[in-house]
Amino acid sequence: MKRMLIAAGLAFVMASGAAGAAEIKPAVVFDMGGKFDKSFNEGIYNGLEKFRKETGIAYREFEVTNETQREQALRRMAQRGSDPVIAVGFAQAPALEKVAREFPDTRFTIIDMVVDLPNVQSVVFKEHEGSFLVGVAAAMASKTGKVGFVGGMDIPLIRKFACGYEQGVLYANPDAEIFQNMTGTTPSAWNNPTKGGELARSQFDRGADVVYAAAGGTGIGVYQAAKDSGKLAIGVDSNQNYLHPGTMLTSMTKRVDVAAYNTFKTALDGTWKPGIQVLGLAEDGVGWALDEHNRDLVSAAMKAKVEQARTDIIAGKIKVHDYMADNTCNY
Amino acid sequence: MEEAFLLSVLTLDATLRVATPLVLASLAGLFAERSGIVDIGLEGKMLGSAFAAAAVAAVSGSAWLGLVAGIGVSIALALLHGFACITHRGNHVVSGVAINILTAGLTVMVGIAWFSRGGQTPALPDGARFTAIVWPGAQALAGIPVFGTLYKELLSGHNILVYVAFLAVPLTWWVVYRTRFGLRLRAVGEHPEAVDSAGISVAGLRYRAMICCGVLCGIAGAYLSTAQNAGFGRDMTAGQGYIALAALIFGKWRPVPAMLACLLFGFLDAIAARLQGVELPMIGAIPVQFIQALPYVLTVVLLAGFIGKAVAPRAIGEPYVKER
Repeated sequence: MKRMLIAAGLAFVMASGAAGAAEIKPAVVFDMGGKFDKSFNEGIYNGLEKFRKETGIAYREFEVTNETQREQALRRMAQRGSDPVIAVGFAQAPALEKVAREFPDTRFTIIDMVVDLPNVQSVVFKEHEGSFLVGVAAAMASKTGKVGFVGGMDIPLIRKFACGYEQGVLYANPDAEIFQNMTGTTPSAWNNPTKGGELARSQFDRGADVVYAAAGGTGIGVYQAAKDSGKLAIGVDSNQNYLHPGTMLTSMTKRVDVAAYNTFKTALDGTWKPGIQVLGLAEDGVGWALDEHNRDLVSAAMKAKVEQARTDIIAGKIKVHDYMADNTCNY
Repeated sequence: MEEAFLLSVLTLDATLRVATPLVLASLAGLFAERSGIVDIGLEGKMLGSAFAAAAVAAVSGSAWLGLVAGIGVSIALALLHGFACITHRGNHVVSGVAINILTAGLTVMVGIAWFSRGGQTPALPDGARFTAIVWPGAQALAGIPVFGTLYKELLSGHNILVYVAFLAVPLTWWVVYRTRFGLRLRAVGEHPEAVDSAGISVAGLRYRAMICCGVLCGIAGAYLSTAQNAGFGRDMTAGQGYIALAALIFGKWRPVPAMLACLLFGFLDAIAARLQGVELPMIGAIPVQFIQALPYVLTVVLLAGFIGKAVAPRAIGEPYVKER
């Protein structure tokens, strides 16, 4: 009898424990680049995997492969009782706006865009600040005084990267020349490494010797082209230095992994709040990557200059113009 | 002046790189279409081959084994298309589109199952790719004005598949216009009854044409994933199969004009990359959207105004029925 009671008690404890762990049913909808784009989506994926390993809570996921799927995917997640749901990428904003109204009790987090609804948390980054830093590094690493930028889809967000980069390059070398290319005007521009490689080569032909890619999966082609031509490349979003040690100068890191991890974590703790979060250099939301793969490429002077720029931006001594504030790059 | 010359040579160099898969695929289409088979499945065959080549190269570490695998997959798909269109007299367009959809899904699915990287194959090291071949004396001759630059930048320094593609053009011309097989190939696309009454198997000829098509498409796919890039990515052909088909029609189903059309498309692509963001005198910066639409606008203008009517092989798309 006693043993049965203990067993029953144990079973009760275990059941309640399990119920506690299953309090949230998180879900994520990745965007067109796919979760193995080695960049933006993969950063989110890494953050979520960290959460899953720590808590043992599995999450539902969906990779959008064409534009019409976004709304369906978000709605299906909400219908199946997932909460919170992460919408990855600026392009999901219109879809999320509809779905979030339909499911006011579901908590949504969108990364890279603002959706102003009472049940939506928007996480955006000051990419221009991080891009400024890698711009400084690019200008200092360039021997020709010419650097390149390859963007993905031609949207204000990517222009924001380009504009910050430009300012950083000119800050370190006022005479520098910058070539800019956008891969395309449709979402397929996030996943076209062949085109990315050709664009990078076209910039190398014109004399550029450092190229910064903010282009999701397209960047893979850019970094490969840099390696094949013996030039330097700068990664984006995730730390991509490991892809080609020796030709990856650095990466502009955008801590989407932290943002994604925090969404699930705060939802689990009950501290999740709707509203807008803006993460910049001061919040360590963006930065530049220095690790064992690129240590030899970064000189002491370069490191000092970049770190100086970083402190100055945080202190407000350098103002980096945000392209999206007025949709121009005049500063 | 010298710099401008170097830049234009480098643009032509990029043209060759970009045009290579188009040239191979449009020659592949030429074999199929000249035999009377509509081949809208060039895209799918390239994609299938690109995946197989990258996967085998990643596993074996040999680009050549990858190439063989790519060609194998491409031939298999071409024969599947043939089986549907020749043996079962199915609709050529439907079968071709089916192949495109099939490979778009299958490559990613097999890729996920095999490598667990969302359909990508692992990045290939240099040993498992076709890398640039520097011609003898390229550095030594580089000092000679004009010729040296042309030799070093334009002729030397491509991977072997680029040379294969451009050698395939005269070879195709020779096969199609100067051999018995070529004569029969053209005849079977124009008038299969005549070929049949001469005692030659229409089906047999068309299957052989599909094998030629498969080989060339296979090389094009392998070029994409193991030479131009270093690994396979989802939908990496990005519509190049359709552009190759357009180039074939543009070139009126003849090898050299088709190659020139491919070079034109490649050149416009290369120019587009270089014109972006450049301030032109009098005009100012050109919008990205316009630059990217330029190749297509030019195609329409050229097709409508300068090239004249493109007449397809007469029996194209019609299944051959021996007895009615």
